[in-house]
Amino acid sequence: MSLIDQLNQLEQEALAALERAADLTALAEWKSAYLGKQGALSRLSRGLGALPAEERPAAGARFNAVRATLEQALERAEAQLKRIARQHAFEADQVDVTLPGRAPAIGRLHPTTQMLRTIYSVLGEMGFQVWESPEVETDEFNFQLLNMPPDHPARDMWDTFYIDTAPGEPTLLLRTHTSPGQIYAMRANAPNPVRAILPGKCYRYEQVTARHEMQFFQVEGIAIGEQISFADLKGTLVAFAERLYGKGVKTRFRPSYFPFTEPSVEFDIECFLCGGAGCRVCKHSGWLEILGAGMIHPTVLRNGGYDPEKVSGFAFGMGPERMAMLRYGIDDIRWFFSGDERFLQQF
Amino acid sequence: MRVPLSWLKEFVDITLPVEELAERLTRAGLECEGIERIGIEGADLPWDPEKIVIGSILEVRRHPNADRLVLADVDYGAGAPHTVVTGAPNLFPYKDKGRLPQPLKGVFAREGAELYDGHAEGWVKMRLKGRLVRGIMSDAMLCSEKELGLSEDHEGILILPDDAPVGMPLRDYLGDMVLKFDVLPNMARCLSILGVAREIAALTGAPLRMPEMTVVEDGPPIEGRVRVTIEEPDLCPRFTATLIEGVTVGPSPLWMQRRLIMAGMRPINNIVDISNYVMLELGGPNHMFDADRVADQHLIIRLARPGERLVTLDNKEHNLDASLGGGMLPLLVCDPQGPLSLAGVMGGASSEVSATTTRVLLEVAVWDPTIIRRMSSALRARSEASKRFERGVDYELPPLVQRRALSLLQRIAGGRVAKGMIDNYPRPWKPVTLDLTPREVRRIIGISLSAAEIADLLRPLGFACDLIDNGAAVRVTAPSSRRDITMLADLCEEVARMYGYDRIPLTLMADALPEQRNNPSLELELRVRDLLAGAGLDEAITYSLTSMAAVAAVNPADADASLYLRLANPLTPEREYLRRSLLPTLLEALAQNLRERERVLLFEIGRVYLKRAPGSDDPRPEEPRRLALALAGRRYERSWHTPDETVMDFFDLKGIVETLLARLNVSGVQFIPLTDDPRFHPGRAARLERDGRVLGVIGELHPEVCERLEIAVPRAMAAELDLELIGALVEPVRYRAISRYPATTQDLSLVAAITVPADRVAATIRKYAGALLESLTLFDVYEGEQVGAGKRSLTYRLVFRAPDRTLNDAEIAKIRQKIVRGLEYDLGATIRG
Repeated sequence: MSLIDQLNQLEQEALAALERAADLTALAEWKSAYLGKQGALSRLSRGLGALPAEERPAAGARFNAVRATLEQALERAEAQLKRIARQHAFEADQVDVTLPGRAPAIGRLHPTTQMLRTIYSVLGEMGFQVWESPEVETDEFNFQLLNMPPDHPARDMWDTFYIDTAPGEPTLLLRTHTSPGQIYAMRANAPNPVRAILPGKCYRYEQVTARHEMQFFQVEGIAIGEQISFADLKGTLVAFAERLYGKGVKTRFRPSYFPFTEPSVEFDIECFLCGGAGCRVCKHSGWLEILGAGMIHPTVLRNGGYDPEKVSGFAFGMGPERMAMLRYGIDDIRWFFSGDERFLQQF
Repeated sequence: MRVPLSWLKEFVDITLPVEELAERLTRAGLECEGIERIGIEGADLPWDPEKIVIGSILEVRRHPNADRLVLADVDYGAGAPHTVVTGAPNLFPYKDKGRLPQPLKGVFAREGAELYDGHAEGWVKMRLKGRLVRGIMSDAMLCSEKELGLSEDHEGILILPDDAPVGMPLRDYLGDMVLKFDVLPNMARCLSILGVAREIAALTGAPLRMPEMTVVEDGPPIEGRVRVTIEEPDLCPRFTATLIEGVTVGPSPLWMQRRLIMAGMRPINNIVDISNYVMLELGGPNHMFDADRVADQHLIIRLARPGERLVTLDNKEHNLDASLGGGMLPLLVCDPQGPLSLAGVMGGASSEVSATTTRVLLEVAVWDPTIIRRMSSALRARSEASKRFERGVDYELPPLVQRRALSLLQRIAGGRVAKGMIDNYPRPWKPVTLDLTPREVRRIIGISLSAAEIADLLRPLGFACDLIDNGAAVRVTAPSSRRDITMLADLCEEVARMYGYDRIPLTLMADALPEQRNNPSLELELRVRDLLAGAGLDEAITYSLTSMAAVAAVNPADADASLYLRLANPLTPEREYLRRSLLPTLLEALAQNLRERERVLLFEIGRVYLKRAPGSDDPRPEEPRRLALALAGRRYERSWHTPDETVMDFFDLKGIVETLLARLNVSGVQFIPLTDDPRFHPGRAARLERDGRVLGVIGELHPEVCERLEIAVPRAMAAELDLELIGALVEPVRYRAISRYPATTQDLSLVAAITVPADRVAATIRKYAGALLESLTLFDVYEGEQVGAGKRSLTYRLVFRAPDRTLNDAEIAKIRQKIVRGLEYDLGATIRG
């Protein structure tokens, strides 16, 4: 048999043997049997030298072709076996993807904190910066400097917790609003313009119910400068409401009364729970009271160190708990200070 | 303020639908909080116009089979009279009297009418059905006030006035609406029907009408018979008095009673009712004395004298000292024998109008708001009168109130009116006049109006307006009813209100942005909150107020009330003292949560309130911010993949605190064993110090604390840190160059006495390792036989790296040798490998 015939036969035999190799060990054996140094192909190659010179190129080419065919076949067979092996591994390693995952334990910020951050960020973009002031205040700062001298009937609007002080000491109380902070912010800036927001805890001597707490947060804002008008107040509040409640939210301004602003205004937005049709939350009015505001009273400006004939300004105040209650549909304000995880873990 | 629509319509025509009117008024500053309907469409009980009509009771006959029932023949304007079976006691006097010469008018309801059940508790609706009552068919009713929803009264049937038209649906006769207004302190003028009507007239352009005021002064002159002496003209700027003689006290007419009830007042008798009616109508509180019980008919307005006492209308006796005037002596109306009433606040029992009164002395005065407010506050009795006086009553109103009251008294209670009125007016009203410019309106409101336009907006409200300086300004004089107007800003508000708040444009502030500043205190809070939430803690906000009991539960030694600010008027004993620590309230929350769940991690950032040293300039306390952390329970949530049942301990909390400090870039904080704090386990607590300053405490709670707080889990941890101090220690983050050269890792296991704290070992290693030590990690701690009693083994991994080269073995060996010797020399430690 010629060398070429022998090569052809070897090729067929090797390919047939490869078909039968079922695992990587068999492949290794096959490789050494046919392609190894002592393998069948090497053995045949030794016959090349004995061929006459004119037959050698053809036989050599054939020899190379067979080696290439076998090597490629081996590669394919290896890849195929690996695929199968991996397939088995996958099957063994399969999980129920509907089992719960390993949750990182990330805590939650209090809903009031979250609401405050929203307010800081929206108003911060308009140049309002946070100022803080004491919670335990004097009568002077909580009332008198805010245009409520002793015996002013408007004091009835704020039921007040008083501190038990010795006779002769100044009256101390728990601030009923963050408005005293206005005076601090003004005095620190007068006569220069200022835009500030004053967040913090406030207190009212009020029976605790689902709607009223003795403790709550308030955020007050003030802007004072030479060109600030009621129209600016309106523009600022509408811009604020659109950021919080969506572009185009319907708003309403109605005259109101606060001793420290004149004119005063109550700012409502259309009830987003009923779309203005009237529901329990908006007391069937179709409107939600969001904040109270007004142009800072000349007396208050003067107490803050400004000349009310030269500068003007506006102030507004809002309750982050109430805003959070509306946003999340919370029906009882008492949860806010309960420290109860069943509440805290919802936000 | 409750305003019946029928009453309002006497003063001003209302053509708008009521809901629209309510919205207009709300947008003009008089907030309508609701509309109540009585008997009409939309009411809780609409009176069916077909079935509930006015009837005329022609005859009352005995019931053949029942003594406690009668039969009433009622003409209700539709053919033959209808027989009604009723037990109404107020019909019994007419029984068997034959045909009544003057038929009684009542409310007749036919079968199918819906009414309230008169016998039921509360308001239960029922539908009238025909049935046999003791053998007689009963398919109609004569109604009581309760059955119609007019009042709680079910003692007898409602008797209507004689002129009530038979057959008219009751809806048309008594149906009404009540507008409920929230009147803010600056709108005191709207605490009256007249005031509300005036606002409506100004807003709609409808003319304002005044009520019937005709008085026939047919009695002898008052002059010389009644005297008024004002000793305190500053507290009583005006006092008027009139006299009516020969009145008959009795019930007031139904229409008046109905209006009083709808306005929220209780009818008493015609004299008292007229007094209240006129107050509600015109806004002028007034007082009716029984003139025969006023000695010498001489009224003296003065302050109380030592030892004086007065029994008020509510039969309470008061000592008339400064406690009743909030520090001022109470102001009284007296006669020469002594006090008669607390001026403007409450009448006295001795001179009260009674059933036998025939002469009425009518007081209409203006009082100083402050003294009224103090007296009514001290009495804890805000009356309708004091409410109005406190907010300021129109100085020019009293003569009008006198005329209206006398006119009603004469018409309803009869009597002769003494000619003239005593008018003692020592401090006359000084009208306020202000010059308002278009420039000022533009500056404050942001709208451009001419002086003429401004005047046109103000005039309908009763302001007198004259253009001055060739139209450059408006000279505005406020009417006496507008005591709230004192300055230009008040007028700007009126202009804006009448212009319409909604018509004012929206603009954004055009002035330069004020100087901006950093707020490290707020930034620190934001960062701490984020870090702790990231570390798995939930944020709580608890009450700033607590009790000594709650403080003592955490630490009996802290429960020294003298250190705390205490409320003078606490709502409950649980919230009486301002906290000096966040732990009592936060640990309450921890304990509460542990009843519900197996794993709780909480933190709170809040203020504590610390009294300043006596003699300090600032009377306010210090309010430093604290950070408290509390955790207890399972280390991991119960889950299928982490079957770890371990509970958290000291090191869980310490790890959180260390991470927090590290991430804030606060370094050099030491944990010093804290063995004598009653809040903590003496062997598992530490004080945090930096350079000798205490930043806070951390530890496992003392088992006694857990017992008192009813915390049942084995270990509960808490920490409280001073956020102000920590904030001051935050250092800016600096980038360190990252070396390109490889690190060399060395493990070092040493044995030292247990008494040598781990942080000392680490510090010693660092000291000797020098700058090439990149990190040091303790990864094994072992105590046991192999290392011997009183000792422990600590194993560290040290990573070395140089910024500029690859470290060679010889260098590392040299450093290691230095560390080993140092540990031996400084700490007596031996090396295991």
